[in-house]
Amino acid sequence: MDLLTPGVGLIFWQALIFLVLLFVLSKMAWKPLLNSLKEREETIQGSLDAADKARQQMASMQADSEALLKEAREERDKILRTAQEAANRMNEEARNDAKKSADKIIEDAKSVIQTEKQAALRDIKEQVALFSLEVAEKLMRKNLSDDKAQKELTNRFVDELKLN
Amino acid sequence: MTAFPNKNVLFRNFIIILLFIGISTPSVAAQSDKEEGVNVSEVIIHHVLDDHVWHFFDGHYGTLYLPIIVYSAERGLEVFSSANFYDEHHNLIPYNGYKLEHSHIYLGEEQVLDLSITKNVAMLIITAVVLLLVFGAAAKGAKRNAGKAPKGIQSFIEPIILFVADEVVRPNAGPKADRFLPYLLTLFFFILFGNLLGLLPGAGNLTGNIAVTMTLAAFTFVITNLSGNKNYWSHIFWTPGVPLVLRPILLMVEIIGIFTKPIALFIRLFAAMTAGHIVLLSIMSLTFIFHSWIVGFGSSILVLFISLIELLVAGIQAYVFTLFSSLYIGLATAEDEHH
Repeated sequence: MDLLTPGVGLIFWQALIFLVLLFVLSKMAWKPLLNSLKEREETIQGSLDAADKARQQMASMQADSEALLKEAREERDKILRTAQEAANRMNEEARNDAKKSADKIIEDAKSVIQTEKQAALRDIKEQVALFSLEVAEKLMRKNLSDDKAQKELTNRFVDELKLN
Repeated sequence: MTAFPNKNVLFRNFIIILLFIGISTPSVAAQSDKEEGVNVSEVIIHHVLDDHVWHFFDGHYGTLYLPIIVYSAERGLEVFSSANFYDEHHNLIPYNGYKLEHSHIYLGEEQVLDLSITKNVAMLIITAVVLLLVFGAAAKGAKRNAGKAPKGIQSFIEPIILFVADEVVRPNAGPKADRFLPYLLTLFFFILFGNLLGLLPGAGNLTGNIAVTMTLAAFTFVITNLSGNKNYWSHIFWTPGVPLVLRPILLMVEIIGIFTKPIALFIRLFAAMTAGHIVLLSIMSLTFIFHSWIVGFGSSILVLFISLIELLVAGIQAYVFTLFSSLYIGLATAEDEHH
């Protein structure tokens, strides 16, 4: 057999054995190996996709929670502000009310005092009048023991009456 | 040593091969021819050729006699051991009317159809068995470790399969690459294992045999042309976008091209592997030519490094054969893109 002339026998065996090898390896080796490689590739890709998705979800969740936090903070600020205002208002009102009622109490007290004063004055007037009458009576009893004095007094009364 | 009538032809072939691969060792060749006792070129050529016996070393048990299978119209199919062609001094003798001359079997004066299990056929069977064992184990691993990390031989084989599939076949073999993947994977690993096993001491030069590479290239040729689509054939027979007068010339060029592609494929592999073997054997032979242990030491170191290069070449040649097969298939199945 020469270097450059192919031997018929070897061509025959090569073709036969290569075809058998191709058939057997395709069924026995390439199919399971390529399938397992493909499966692994898909698994890895799937895992990467899932991880990516999870990361995105987490990012969106974080954004959500941040937004929620911001909202809550705003809500809190609003509530605090409103509460402050309400407290201020109530304070103001209470003060006003207190002032009003104090005024009223003072007013009432004043009017009571006035009334009491009037009543007291009236009493005093009456007492004074009574004392005066008593004094006058005593005086008169003493001074009107004669006619002259009676006459004089009568005259004076008449003069006074004229004057009035 | 008896006169060898074919010696000059063989020697010429040897020189052609050496020139072909650009490694010029004329001094070795010239000296080997003059040297008495050892005919280096004959020994080397004998080593890279196919044979009916598997010669490991000299002596009675150094030779494995392989079965001879012959077919002739006269006698029909006959099977017998090649030991029948040799007497006890390892000289060729005729057997039962058959005659073995320069590795060709004759019945009378007629050459018969020789389907013997020669050294290379034996290598072929060994290569096939190794492939089946390795990939059987890998596939078993793939089934057992389904959905799990690869283990053992499977984890060694899988990256190579992925490399062939993703780097060689899928980018080049066109839109239907996966359909041709089993063929191209078988091709790649057959050539790779054949190349590597061929480097073992005493092994046959399987992938450096022109019959083997020619058969492999023929498979690629058949697959390429059977799967060729309309686009492929229209480019061959009536190339579009070319002036009308040029089309008949291009037709001839294209038709030649159909055949030059697989021819380039098989010559490349054959030449690379055979040349590698010849270079290794030539450097080894320097020791015997010079009868010097200093040269022996030097040539051993050279042989070591060239063996390492041969390991590289074994991979590269498997890669290149698969790559070009993929490209040819890809060209034949490509969709029309640029018109």
